[in-house]
Amino acid sequence: MRRLRLVALAASLLLAAPAARAAGEAPKPPPQDWSFGGLFGTFDRASAQRGFLVYKQVCAGCHAMKQLAYRNLEGIGLSQAEIRAIAAEYMIMDGPNDDGEMFERPGRPSDRFRSPFPNVQAARAANNGAYPVDLSLIIKARPDGANYIHALLTGYRDEPPAGVEPMEGMHYNAYFPGHWIAMARPLHDDQVEYPDGTPATTEQMARDVTTFLAWAAEPELEQRRAMGVRVILFLIVLAGLTYGVKRKIWAELKH
Amino acid sequence: MVGLHKSDFKNPVVRWIDERLPIPSLLQKEYAQFPTPKNFNYFWNFGALAMVCLVVMIVTGIFLAMHYTPHTAHAFDSVERIMRDVNYGWLIRYIHMNGASMFFIVVYIHIFRGLYYGSYKAPRELLWILGVVILLLMMATAFMGYVLPWGQMSFWGATVITNLFSAIPVVGDDIVVWLWGGFSVDNPTLNRFFSLHYLLPFLIVGVVFLHVVALHITGSNNPLGIEPKGPQDTIPFHPYYTIKDSFGLVVFLIVFAFFVFFAPNYLGHPDNYIEANPLVTPAHIVPEWYFLPFYAILRAVPDKLGGVVLMFGSIFVLFVLPWLDTSPVRSMKFRPLARPFFWVFVLSCLLLGYCGAMPPEGIWVVLSRVGTAYYFLYFLVILPVLGKLERPLPLPVSISERVLGGGPVPAAAAAKPMEKA
Ligand code: HEC
Ligand code: HEM
Repeated sequence: MRRLRLVALAASLLLAAPAARAAGEAPKPPPQDWSFGGLFGTFDRASAQRGFLVYKQVCAGCHAMKQLAYRNLEGIGLSQAEIRAIAAEYMIMDGPNDDGEMFERPGRPSDRFRSPFPNVQAARAANNGAYPVDLSLIIKARPDGANYIHALLTGYRDEPPAGVEPMEGMHYNAYFPGHWIAMARPLHDDQVEYPDGTPATTEQMARDVTTFLAWAAEPELEQRRAMGVRVILFLIVLAGLTYGVKRKIWAELKH
Repeated sequence: MVGLHKSDFKNPVVRWIDERLPIPSLLQKEYAQFPTPKNFNYFWNFGALAMVCLVVMIVTGIFLAMHYTPHTAHAFDSVERIMRDVNYGWLIRYIHMNGASMFFIVVYIHIFRGLYYGSYKAPRELLWILGVVILLLMMATAFMGYVLPWGQMSFWGATVITNLFSAIPVVGDDIVVWLWGGFSVDNPTLNRFFSLHYLLPFLIVGVVFLHVVALHITGSNNPLGIEPKGPQDTIPFHPYYTIKDSFGLVVFLIVFAFFVFFAPNYLGHPDNYIEANPLVTPAHIVPEWYFLPFYAILRAVPDKLGGVVLMFGSIFVLFVLPWLDTSPVRSMKFRPLARPFFWVFVLSCLLLGYCGAMPPEGIWVVLSRVGTAYYFLYFLVILPVLGKLERPLPLPVSISERVLGGGPVPAAAAAKPMEKA
């Protein structure tokens, strides 16, 4: 399916046909109020932790996040002990050992998130030929990333709008470019149980997992902004001083 | 002492060195005393800013290269390791990434400054030509640098641009294979691009050195476009312009820091955070913003070879600009007829930039053609003809007279004929 779409895409690209754009057009995702938005936002830790739970229990069945290691979860406020326990839930392929054999062992904090499939072909084979992309950078890899992912996860429609032919094996989504996506609606109300008692509505889970993915894409965001404030304040003061000195030096020149 | 340089330095260590290797004397002469027109405006900051950008790019680039892996299977991930695991790697990378954009903004302003104030005219033709060489080298460097992170736009941008060479008659296809080191953009291409991306900035340093030597022979132009007529028209570079440049630099750094810390990906394209995939073509392949005007010129022409010729021609025309502009008056201040044409030229460049970001269809093709036509008309017709037709405003007698509204002008200087500004 995906391949068909690609061929169609490539063909229309070659013809530079306006049709390609029309097919790729999707409504602008509605802007959300994100904890990490604006110039000074920071990640809502509780939301990011809930989002990790959603990723772990739902998305991780299909999507890898190979840029992340379990130890990185410290960044959303998990303790060393929690991280060790999470890592140990996974069996990681290691080796070869002294006998030249590969072996499986429980995960450690230093291991990268275990991928659900050993390779792209296996991932496609399990998903009707479509490839579930790695989610490590997804928020940076889509225009208006956070709003788009939130809209995508909440944008499934049971029926396509009147006049649109259903597509075998594809799912109608209001916000996916071209609307027909190979991923079935991943989130349903009460699919996960949040330990903090937050009701797990589709909307809530979409918001939480998006917050988690935003952190995963830019784990340096808070440090970056904090440093930016200090650097720019420093530079503004320095600019003022430099301008004062400049005025003083040039004042002597006029006469 | 025969054979030793005569040094004026008091400090015994500096003096000892200066007598044997007179670099302190040279710096003193070329950077401290260097007589500079007293009437620069802030547009004269941009050369120094460009120099700072170049140094910033080289320093951050060297640190990036310590952690980067030029292999198609590892390049994308190695950049993510820099972003996540290298201490302050995200800072180094975002400075380098946004630094390229800042460098181009600065150099474009620097060039438009030259165009407005006629800094390319005699005797500064070679200085200008060296500047255009720098621009070409910068473009090559930036293009190859953008390929290194091996994202989707890296790969497809490299494919589209290298493919342009196939438009060359007869040998085109062979040249493309030779550039790629294979039959598509692949690991050999990435390796050579990395090697060249590391090399070219040092060539730029060399050409900037020549650019500055040439500048110190002719001396700087200034907003009035007339030569200094005597010592009353100039001031020593230090402290007047060192402090003025310092202030400009700090303001520039504020803008730079804003992008690095608060909008590091604003000038980039989201697709470059998707690892390169030769089987998936992005819906729109667009180059970095600083290439957009040239990309628009390329696509404005229905014929591939024609587009390539015009795109390269748009830069090469700058080489001959000193001989295309027939007006002896440098500064647009005194060319009321030429001035509106200049501003329309600036608009046409902006328009081309906008069109370059749009899909090549409908109105955008038409606008690209209009912009391209004006771009070439300005250099090839308007400037040559206007120089003959227009009546420039009377030029001031000297910089001092204009700046201080009178003031002492030595008889000798005032008596000089005004012929060539
Ligand atoms: C049953 C497997 C499966 C599960 C579970 C799943 N996905 Fe997907 N996902 C896919 C497939 C297959 C695609 C590729 C769709 C396509 O290209 O048409 C995809 C695509 C995506 C995309 C890319 C959309 C785009 O713009 O290209 C995102 C984002 C995404 N999934 C997020 C999620 C999130 C978040 C979750 C967890 C809440 C999740 N997925 C759960 C299979 C899955
Ligand atoms: C790496 C890029 C460049 C660096 C580091 C650089 C550096 C400088 C410096 C330090 C000056 C003196 C200060 C000033 O007048 O602003 C200067 C002057 C000049 N530059 Fe550049 N430059 C660069 C690129 C260019 C380019 C691309 C052009 C033109 C195509 C150009 C054209 C000129 C001209 C004409 C002058 C003399 C201007 C005058 O005195 O009025 N430069 N350059």
